Amino acid sequence: MRAFTYERASSVEAAAKAAASNPEAKFIAGGTNLLDLMKLEIETPTHLIDINGLGLDKIETTADGGLRIGALVRNTDLAAHETVRRDYGLLSRALVAGASGQLRNRATTAGNLLQRTRCPYFYDTNQPCNKRQPGSGCSAIGGFSRQHAVVGTSDACIATHPSDMAIAMSALDAVVETAKSDGSRRSIPIADFHRLPGDTPHIETILESGEFITAVVLPPPFGGKHIYRKVRDRASYAFAIVSIGAVIQQDGTGRVAVGGVAHKPWRIEAADTELPKGARVTASALLADARPTEQNRFKIDLVERALGAVIAEARD
Amino acid sequence: MQSPIQLEISRRNLLISSAATIAVTGAATGEAVAQGARTSMQHMSKVSLSVNGESYNLDVDNRTTLLDALREHLHLTGTKKGCDHGQCGACTVIVDGRRINSCLTLAVMHDGDEVITIEGLGQPGALHPLQAAFVKHDGFQCGYCTPGQICSSVAVLEEIKANIPSHVTGDLTTQAAVTPAEIRERMSGNICRCGAYSNIIDAIVEVAGTKA
Repeated sequence: MRAFTYERASSVEAAAKAAASNPEAKFIAGGTNLLDLMKLEIETPTHLIDINGLGLDKIETTADGGLRIGALVRNTDLAAHETVRRDYGLLSRALVAGASGQLRNRATTAGNLLQRTRCPYFYDTNQPCNKRQPGSGCSAIGGFSRQHAVVGTSDACIATHPSDMAIAMSALDAVVETAKSDGSRRSIPIADFHRLPGDTPHIETILESGEFITAVVLPPPFGGKHIYRKVRDRASYAFAIVSIGAVIQQDGTGRVAVGGVAHKPWRIEAADTELPKGARVTASALLADARPTEQNRFKIDLVERALGAVIAEARD
Repeated sequence: MQSPIQLEISRRNLLISSAATIAVTGAATGEAVAQGARTSMQHMSKVSLSVNGESYNLDVDNRTTLLDALREHLHLTGTKKGCDHGQCGACTVIVDGRRINSCLTLAVMHDGDEVITIEGLGQPGALHPLQAAFVKHDGFQCGYCTPGQICSSVAVLEEIKANIPSHVTGDLTTQAAVTPAEIRERMSGNICRCGAYSNIIDAIVEVAGTKA
């Protein structure tokens, strides 16, 4: 790990200013992804701003009946929160489908959104990777690509976003609240928050330099059945091959997001309207523009079948 | 560096501490070359924390993980370094009542925190019930993952009691049950390469007072 200086942030504003004034600085919250990457020198910040003491760890009801989740709410606490379990079961289910108990105790809501891909070529510093070293090439294209993205890919990158939580946030139309270093604030719909790889796969979100996530806000509950179905190589503690996050109403309408298939949580609002017609039609709408490799073509069928299982479960 | 823990100098301990000194010296030399004059006080921080009920004030390189602080600074070597990337669970300790991977957190991030390691759970002659159950059920072979398994299992039973749900919890709106399936799922962050899993589950299930 490279040496770095360390400070404990005294306020959101001070943290955002400190980060904006030093392009080599990073915020650290749970640290479970950042420190892993720093040990491998994939991340090499020269300064860490510890934001754990800022009190952004509360879950509050909003004026319109939604839920504001502080950026530093740990994954365990969010999954166990009474309101989340009752009204946003999809979120609770997605959270406990991810990582291990130890990691969920540290991992935060904001950090979960910002975690980086687990593409093995991103992790292997001996291999070219446009995300790790812009312009060096993509080793996954033409390499072992069974786990990789099938839709929204580019010639520069076919990595997936690893988060389970973000799939639920996407299906639930969450809004990411941020504070910028100039003191201004903005609310970013989750659909706009993560970027597709394009020519710049190393730029993963629309956050500006120093911009600080303060909370993630959920709209008022949608009702319906909340289901998160994750298909993975082990029964526990493994990243998704594909995952389906869905809220399905009694009449068969609903909302659905897919994980393990793209550089961001994959949600096509037009596909939601197809849900009453069944899994085949909905999956076709979701993956219409898919460009799978020979090795991950199976994900196209797997999404349809996993979605079929979700729709069947919702009918029970 | 403060070192209030008196190590009993047996032949084995002497060999272990010599090896650790060599390893630490080696790393420090390499780092000094790499960092040159930039390695200075600004890359060091003070941190005060409680470990197994004792208070410690440490001066650590910012890079020091909680795991390395426990092992190299406090000589509490019960906590093990397995993968050092949060994948194996050998480094599991309990911080402010929560189990975490001590390899994926910096010591400086734990100012004022209370840490419990395997040494704080119990000692020979006064074992924690889970330590005794692991011995009784032969819940290990080589033993390297065991401190992490035991710290994790202590916290798992507390997590179920605190009604924290897991991936296998059926109804999210009712109290989580203490079942072997729940325990297996919740222990998935602790890997045992000897494959003592069935005996580990037996040990935890016995302490939990549920039927396997």
